[in-house]
Amino acid sequence: MAKITLKDLSHSYLEQQNNNSDWALRDVNIDWKDGGAYALLGPSGCGKTTLLNIISGLLNPTKGSVLFDDKDMTSLNPVERDIAQIFQFPVIYDTMSVYDNLAFPLKNRGLSDSQIASKVKEIAEMLELTTTLNNRASGLTADGKQKISLGRGLVRSDVNVIMFDEPLTVIDPHLKWVLRSKLKELHQKINRTMIYVTHDQTEALTFADQVVVMHEGQIVQTGTPVELFEKPKHTFVGHFIGSPGMNILPCEIKNGEINFSGQKIQSHKAIKKSNFSKTQIGIRPEFINFSKNGIPVKIKRVSNTGRHKIVDTECNGGNIKILSNASTEIPSESAHITFNQKYTYVYGDNWIIE
Amino acid sequence: MNKTINQKAWYFVIPVFVLVAFNAAIPLMTVVNYSFQETFGNNVFAWEGTRWFKQILLSERFHASLGRQFAFTFIILLIQIPLGIAIALTMPKKGWGVPVCLILMSMPLLIPWNVVGAMWNIFALPDIGFLGHSLNAMGFDYNFTQQPGDAWFTTILMDVWHWTSLVVLLSYAGLNSIQPAYYQAAEIDGASRWATFRYIELPKMKKVLTLAILLRFMDSFMIYTEPFVLTGGGPGNTTAFLSIDLVKMALGQFDLGPAAAMSLIYFFIVLLVCWVFYNLMMKNEAQS
Repeated sequence: MAKITLKDLSHSYLEQQNNNSDWALRDVNIDWKDGGAYALLGPSGCGKTTLLNIISGLLNPTKGSVLFDDKDMTSLNPVERDIAQIFQFPVIYDTMSVYDNLAFPLKNRGLSDSQIASKVKEIAEMLELTTTLNNRASGLTADGKQKISLGRGLVRSDVNVIMFDEPLTVIDPHLKWVLRSKLKELHQKINRTMIYVTHDQTEALTFADQVVVMHEGQIVQTGTPVELFEKPKHTFVGHFIGSPGMNILPCEIKNGEINFSGQKIQSHKAIKKSNFSKTQIGIRPEFINFSKNGIPVKIKRVSNTGRHKIVDTECNGGNIKILSNASTEIPSESAHITFNQKYTYVYGDNWIIE
Repeated sequence: MNKTINQKAWYFVIPVFVLVAFNAAIPLMTVVNYSFQETFGNNVFAWEGTRWFKQILLSERFHASLGRQFAFTFIILLIQIPLGIAIALTMPKKGWGVPVCLILMSMPLLIPWNVVGAMWNIFALPDIGFLGHSLNAMGFDYNFTQQPGDAWFTTILMDVWHWTSLVVLLSYAGLNSIQPAYYQAAEIDGASRWATFRYIELPKMKKVLTLAILLRFMDSFMIYTEPFVLTGGGPGNTTAFLSIDLVKMALGQFDLGPAAAMSLIYFFIVLLVCWVFYNLMMKNEAQS
């Protein structure tokens, strides 16, 4: 049980760092409360796994420090940190039975046989492994093996933090839901700090109370799933979260007025600063409506997903995606659209202007 | 479903069939031929049935050389396999040390058998050889040309020097194919160095080690050139392993019938041991 603080953390796999791209992680600062469920979300190669391995102690950061309950853990190994980590691909001990696999971390810590037996039984029941406990682990299917990996991570109940590194990659879709809700359930039951790394927004948003979005080694936004959706602080968050992602459109700012495609646009707040090399407006497809006046667009394509219609349109300023209800009549060729002012943001050099 | 039946594809097997016939079946059949007959030269043969087989199987000379052969193979496996694994574990995994180690390890494997024998013969000579002279200077009474114990010691040392590298290279390849996540998981599970070896490295090396043991078994069981050059089977018959004894019988004494029978028995022993061993090792694999 611990609160986790990451202070000015940077990491590079190279000996010498000349520019930003040589860093796998840059200036990461995080405060995670004890007992929270957190997700690290980002595309492959954004530094999620590096960050996780630094927290678990498998990797020493180039700069900065890792604190558990304000105690410096930076130079300690994983055993001393008392953490559990589950990897992307199932890691099992081939020659052992399922039972011995689950018991292994407990045996190594010198627990008595009866303690081990009761803990293993409990975790096996939760993961529905009870009937296969005496089988050889190497004979199981990929998701059976991953359940063992999960079990080995969860069997020690006293850990400071449990970390999951894309643990459901190899699991069948229908089982993904089951296991994810199991994890969520478990989190509520044992109340440990859990960190879940994924590139799948659905997984992150359903698992975590707080989602940390990473991009090119940096944290671009931390927030609840709703905050990330409604108010992306960085254009990357805008188009990475949501399906389809946010419309990011070039605009001009003059004397506090936003000009897009020859039209004046109202954003959620008045703009003061405008000395950016690049300015853009961001509006989610959900917050665009067809109207009588507004920005003239040409309709290019309508895809019906069943519940929604995704409308691809084109205007002078660029391509705009619109999400409407399946029942909405879509104008056939040209139309006018308006942006919902409350959810229209302006970004200067990719960061939100407030 | 209706499958088209077309047996013409068998024609494609003909080249392999002919090749195997010429390089294995036909030479082997001549040996089989000799093993059941007495030959008087000039292609005159007389049927002897299983007489040569009985003679060999009951002969003390065969028992002795077979015993020596098993002892030798057992000892070198017992040394080379653990030693090979141990060296592979200590070899670097990255950096400039990798090619250096790999080249150093491959060197002994590239030297021709008879050169190895000659090299060790000179190296171990008690009067002028570096090893022999040094041992004697240190107070050991060492002479591999006259003392059976010393002859065995030298032969085993030579084989360990020549072939441990093979086990090292195979083990090293096996170790390198283990995903880093396994080590990370073991670290997090709090596994000791020994437990990591026992439960991760050793099981993951099982296939390459099976291969290493099979190769080392076959090669050492059929060893000929190196001990022939080093000791010539002596002193007396103390290092006359099966091959050496076989050649003596076939070409020295020209007892072609018994030698042919011995060849076949020899061949079946190798085959049987390999088959039993392989099936034992792969039993669990099949279950999973």
